[in-house]
Amino acid sequence: MNQERKPEFRTTVGGTVIKPVYTPADLEGVPPDRSLPGEYPFTRHIRANGYRSRLWTMRQYAGFATVEETNKRYKYLYGQGNTGFSVAFHLPTQEGYDSDHPLSRGEVGRCGVAIDSLQDMERLWDGIPLAEISTSMTINSTAPIILAMYIVAAEKQGVDKSQLKGTVQNDILKEYIARNTYIFPPEPSLRLVTDVCTYCAREMPPWNSISISGYHMREAGASAIQEAAFTLANGIAYVGAMIARGMEVDLFAPRFSFFFGAYTNLLEEVAKFRAARRAWAKIMKERFNAQDPRSMMLRYHVQTDGFTLTEQQPLNNIARVTLQALAAVLGGCQSLHTNSFDEALALPTEEAVQVALRTQQIIAHESGVADSADPLGGSYYIDYLTNHIESEIFKYLAKIDEMGGALEAIKKGYIQKEIARSAYEYQKAVDSGEQVVVGVNKFTADEEPPIKLLEIDEKVEKKQIANLKRLKEGRDKERVREVLSKVRSVAGREENIMPVLIEAVKAYASVGEISDTLREVLGEYRESSLL
Amino acid sequence: MKRKIRVLIAKPGLDGHDRGVRVITQGLRDAGMEVIYLGLRLTPEQIAEAVIEEDVDVVGLSCLSGAHIALFPKTAKLLRGKSSKDVLVIGGGIIPPKDIPKLKEAGITQIFGPGTPIAEIVKFIRTNLEAKGNDTQD
Amino acid sequence: MLSGEKGSLARLITLAERESPDIAKITEMISSRLGKAYRVGITGPPGVGKSTLADKLTLILRKQGVEVGIIAVDPSSPLSGGAVLGDRIRMQQHYLDDGVFIRSMATRGSYGGLSRTVGTVIDLLDAFGKDIIIVETVGVGQMDTSIRELVDSVVLVLVPEFGNGIQLMKAGFLEIADIVVINKADRGGAEILANELRDELETNLQRKPKSVILAQGIHNIGIEELHHELEKRRQWLKPPQSVNLREEVAVPGERDEPGEKTRI
Repeated sequence: MNQERKPEFRTTVGGTVIKPVYTPADLEGVPPDRSLPGEYPFTRHIRANGYRSRLWTMRQYAGFATVEETNKRYKYLYGQGNTGFSVAFHLPTQEGYDSDHPLSRGEVGRCGVAIDSLQDMERLWDGIPLAEISTSMTINSTAPIILAMYIVAAEKQGVDKSQLKGTVQNDILKEYIARNTYIFPPEPSLRLVTDVCTYCAREMPPWNSISISGYHMREAGASAIQEAAFTLANGIAYVGAMIARGMEVDLFAPRFSFFFGAYTNLLEEVAKFRAARRAWAKIMKERFNAQDPRSMMLRYHVQTDGFTLTEQQPLNNIARVTLQALAAVLGGCQSLHTNSFDEALALPTEEAVQVALRTQQIIAHESGVADSADPLGGSYYIDYLTNHIESEIFKYLAKIDEMGGALEAIKKGYIQKEIARSAYEYQKAVDSGEQVVVGVNKFTADEEPPIKLLEIDEKVEKKQIANLKRLKEGRDKERVREVLSKVRSVAGREENIMPVLIEAVKAYASVGEISDTLREVLGEYRESSLL
Repeated sequence: MKRKIRVLIAKPGLDGHDRGVRVITQGLRDAGMEVIYLGLRLTPEQIAEAVIEEDVDVVGLSCLSGAHIALFPKTAKLLRGKSSKDVLVIGGGIIPPKDIPKLKEAGITQIFGPGTPIAEIVKFIRTNLEAKGNDTQD
Repeated sequence: MLSGEKGSLARLITLAERESPDIAKITEMISSRLGKAYRVGITGPPGVGKSTLADKLTLILRKQGVEVGIIAVDPSSPLSGGAVLGDRIRMQQHYLDDGVFIRSMATRGSYGGLSRTVGTVIDLLDAFGKDIIIVETVGVGQMDTSIRELVDSVVLVLVPEFGNGIQLMKAGFLEIADIVVINKADRGGAEILANELRDELETNLQRKPKSVILAQGIHNIGIEELHHELEKRRQWLKPPQSVNLREEVAVPGERDEPGEKTRI
């Protein structure tokens, strides 16, 4: 045998060791999975004919600065063939602060749209018929408030909430682990999550009330296996919490959705998706006794992993995103966001957004991979890796169960520390050159002219603050006081928070005011120590 | 015995991406430095107070939300006002190249983009501190 | 520094940490100002909630207008000599309070959970005018009873899971502890451990801890009690005229109150 390029081949830093070739022998010892797509345990796809009747939703995440500009960008995307909308909110909205709060200084309109009140939400959707679109909102600790605003904005368009289609991310556990936009401590936050899920199960049947996310943990440094395992662990915690509230599993689980990343090692990613689908189906059937097959189907959105994109030689990112998108499609996702090539530098330009969308359209219409379900199924490598990843997932789940579940594991800092260690290992591997990153530690080039970057006008903050001031002056102050007092008392009781929040947003109480009221009752979370 | 280098790492503003600061903290520790990890959601005022109390040699600020342009200079300015010591201020995160001159002018000596090798940051810190010599106040 | 300038204090602490030759002069200059501060040590294994307790205790102290100094000690890595000092992250609410001075220190190669220079740093905080100085340190085993020498009262923090390890803890820790706090007391086994400890302390005639407190730091439970117990001990330690407080306290029998323990 010739000398190999590396002493050892792994899927990723700290990932699975890979053999020179895989054969049927590698599948022995595990009961063969001969399920078809659409058949339990759904390894190959949740639908029997894959994408033949319906492609995945091409859902591009967008939103920045003011509602007016975002509204304009949405109309552009709608006209370009975007089949679903995704809203990014600026950090103050995500963390329960108004644009005029001291901590909001410098943050207004930066990485998403500024929403301080219902007024902003109404303007965001102006001229876009909420009855006809599907909206995914990346909002977590303030999900109940923002959902309430969306419901009222639709109501004002004459659309009943039972007709609305979309998702709120509403996944607080991963916030403590990796994303850090939490507000309240874990237990009260779980209450709010289940309030939203329960409310949607009863009042908004087509709405996906939670998007249990692995993407952010992957971005924070988790390996593919950890991403899948920790996401499913959180999923188990949410299902458990809903059942503890007396909800029948088949009444809500069909609307639970997931959100994963897609890395550049295409084959590992495909195996990861297949393994996660199989594992979740088994968990729902065996652990939670679900009867409805839809409760067992892992439905998920994928975003190509932003961390993989480089500042150096940005056009290389188009190749990366293509591989990642391909992995997501070969893996059987239900919706996909492709990153723009200039993502590492700032929010994307219109040109970059278009290329990202075209990448999906080319995969859909020119590559042929969407024309038959799970085309890679049957490959010895893919089937082996799927089995292996599934087994590793269950090992992690057993360990987390021993600790008392995901909530306890998070409180102990176990999951956070696992991820911080993986992240450090990865950095060391890149620094040493063991992990090649093209254009960064190999195949580097001399300084290139900078690409045109999207700039955020600093006047945006002033304008938003002025708007908010006007709103606060013009509204019925007594009504706001009254409704916030109601929020306070409902928060302290075992009552679903959604109806009173709908009242509160109708009175034009702001995100900050409502959040502060909830802080008074529920408390505030402080981050765990580092290592 | 070489004296210990004390570094304070903090994230001003609301950005919650802490992968970079966690990795850097571990890396600087392994390079023999003492790293005070201050965490997330801090105002420039809070960071400046901590820097004074801890009498660190280096402050590392991180921001991925775009708010660096307001928050980094504000922090550096507060430090200059409160401390007679010339603390080395460095920054990281998502920082468009065009913002770098403005930040340098405001007192942030160097910006390290995503994926900068840890060894590069360590070397920069050591070289810079050697150039400043020993503390001038007692 | 003596005029209250935080920056000067911080720099002097740095000199003390570096064991600079100038520090001897300084310690001499301040020696006449020492003795005002009540020195409290908070020790215990990693992850039990020491920093949270220090944070919540400080809140109570500040409401009373008490000036607080906090030293948070973490171990240096034996491999690299570096350290991650992350305790003060729990005390964020006090950052802008001029009445609270927080300093993080690494052990810098000395055995156990304290650095050689902590004593001098405590003295500096005392001379600076702090009423109470809290030294938070990780107890790493029998080695680490050194905190006893440096402070007036030692608070040992445990969690209910230590119910099984009580035999191990006995040797060094219970002897040095004045107050034992069982934190995260909502977890199973808290009462059992509390009772085990009280029994243990009754039979142990040396350096007897006076109280066992059940607490839940993050929920603010048990903090008032901890404060109360510390204040009680502070009063006992305050003889009308005395130069060296710690010598006084070490005399057996003189200050021991008859079996007073806190019942939950």
